[in-house]
Amino acid sequence: MRELRQVTSVVAIIDRPDIDTDQIIPKQFLKRIERTGYGQFLFYDWMKEPDFELHKPEFKGAEILLAGRNFGCGSSREHAAWALEDYGFRVVIAPSYSDIFRSNSVKTGIATITLPDAELAELKAALAQRNELTVDMETLTITHPDGLVITFAFDEFAQETLVHGLDDIARTLKRDDAIAAYEAATPGRFDTRTLST
Amino acid sequence: MAGTTLFEKIWQAHVVDEKPGEPALIYIDLHLVHEVTSPQAFEGLRLAGRPVRRPDLTIATMDHNVPTERGPITDLIAKAQLDALRANCEEFGVPLNATGSGREGIVHVMGPELGITQPGMTIVCGDSHTSTHGAFGALAFGIGTSEVEHVMATQTLLQSRPKTMQIRFSGTLPFGVTAKDMVLAAIGKIGVDGGVGYAIEYAGEAIETLSMEGRMTICNMSIEAGARAGMVAPDATTFAYIEGRPGAPKGAAWDEAVARWSALKSDADATFDRIVDIDVTTLTPQVTWGTNPGMVVPVDGTVPDPADFADPTDREAAERALQYMGLEAGTPVTEITIDRVFIGSCTNARIEDLRAAATVVRGKHVASTVRAMVVPGSAKVKHQAEQEGLDKVFLDAGFEWREAGCSMCLGMNPDTLSPGERCASTSNRNFEGRQGSGGRTHLLSPTMAAAAAVAGRFVDVRELG
Ligand code: SF4
Repeated sequence: MRELRQVTSVVAIIDRPDIDTDQIIPKQFLKRIERTGYGQFLFYDWMKEPDFELHKPEFKGAEILLAGRNFGCGSSREHAAWALEDYGFRVVIAPSYSDIFRSNSVKTGIATITLPDAELAELKAALAQRNELTVDMETLTITHPDGLVITFAFDEFAQETLVHGLDDIARTLKRDDAIAAYEAATPGRFDTRTLST
Repeated sequence: MAGTTLFEKIWQAHVVDEKPGEPALIYIDLHLVHEVTSPQAFEGLRLAGRPVRRPDLTIATMDHNVPTERGPITDLIAKAQLDALRANCEEFGVPLNATGSGREGIVHVMGPELGITQPGMTIVCGDSHTSTHGAFGALAFGIGTSEVEHVMATQTLLQSRPKTMQIRFSGTLPFGVTAKDMVLAAIGKIGVDGGVGYAIEYAGEAIETLSMEGRMTICNMSIEAGARAGMVAPDATTFAYIEGRPGAPKGAAWDEAVARWSALKSDADATFDRIVDIDVTTLTPQVTWGTNPGMVVPVDGTVPDPADFADPTDREAAERALQYMGLEAGTPVTEITIDRVFIGSCTNARIEDLRAAATVVRGKHVASTVRAMVVPGSAKVKHQAEQEGLDKVFLDAGFEWREAGCSMCLGMNPDTLSPGERCASTSNRNFEGRQGSGGRTHLLSPTMAAAAAVAGRFVDVRELG
């Protein structure tokens, strides 16, 4: 996974609540068995609407997405995070996220930053003047070129994962002793391979 | 010391390792796999040279992509994905209930049916409706593909402990009102993000008197309120459902298991981070009007006016939803006509759901303006329904009777809505385009869907007597 230390870019704003993962990447693109190449299908149906936010020329090249509450709700499809990343987004800023999307994002190298409404309003006001931000994942700060600085809270473990681009599985496998001990102490209930029906 | 909740008991029993400032490492007792969210996980294992650690705690099925009409699969990309699952399962030693095996079905119908969904377990699947299995007093939740790979490789997951919420349904359910109406009302009340960060326990008299099918319907839609997991304490109803199924303990082991499972409930003095009370005695059949499951009204109500929403964000969302749904504010729900009916999905395609729907359509006929289909949740449900003659009831009434699968719940297979088509659906998501680009979905219970099929519009199932 790519490291995510600092991003400076314009901010694409899709200020709608409850953007679900069916919108982010519709089902017809989930039949592929690859992990890459989903960016071209991002917001597939909404992209057909000429006034969809991502068509705005001023949002071109944005690596930061600002969205409404409960972003990424619905289906667990990690393809949604893959599509955002493949399209070019590294950071999402929103008032809240679905739990599964937030978890999938970390594994995809996307930071999901949660800001309270008041700070979001400040941020939007600043962006309306000048659309550019720097997000620093090491210091957990958002900096606007006109001087606004916002610090945000972020899960420490997820921060480390993102900043260093770490692989969760390799880390967990180092704890094999604990897993083996748990298994030894916990008798099995069934063997799925021998279920007679 | 204060008592503990059902959730806490299961969580505590599964912590493998815990370090301060880090999510807990928890053990996973059962991993369910399907074709859509697994190929990249298997590929990841292959690239790293890692095996599936516990194939004996893993089982796969084919559900999301499969056509529900007999005959060879014509969608070559879908076929490649199903072939990939078959090859991956063979390579990694994972058992697979493939299409045509007679054991295939929607992953959340299959687990309980096999008796491998049991109280006190941790169960995961690369699918957000894994919460369904919580109906058995299990901690069950959906995960993404990276987590699927993590479970395959380690049989564990790194998880931050969620907060706990209890939703208490008091009173007795009135005639014509179902588990689906209970959960839709709950989502309407707490909102589609009301459960974010929580594991929900459903309790109260109206839950205790529900069948396992009804409890599964409710737990299934926990994720539509934003909660990754929903659960119900196991009781005699639970044990009766599991007993005798292929994965169930047998003989003395059964008695021991029941004794153990009987202790799995929240203590009387346990505390929850949030408690929500819902009185079901005044509950009415529910129908969604918008583009998320929280946009719901009673069938005897009207389409809401966006102007009545205090929050500007909600108002804009309602306006956009009405535009997408092609609805006018103030229209009585029973005046909305429909083009399609879908009885199916992991929410409402179990035998009890099909029986209930059949009762409504028996001796009647689907309206001439409506195309209606029934898609059983699994090959076993289909078989059982046919033994009971339900297929005849539906076919005689003009329904299509299909093979098992997810079908038009998400329209990955050929079963989709055309743009502008309006569908009464027993599934769980009415998102824009969910059942087909431009399609308009209204969620409701199986009996309400059946009644709508006959009338060609929404009707209050209570008036049918
Ligand atoms: S029936 Fe629908 S919600 Fe259930 S697993 Fe299949 S696609 Fe998902």
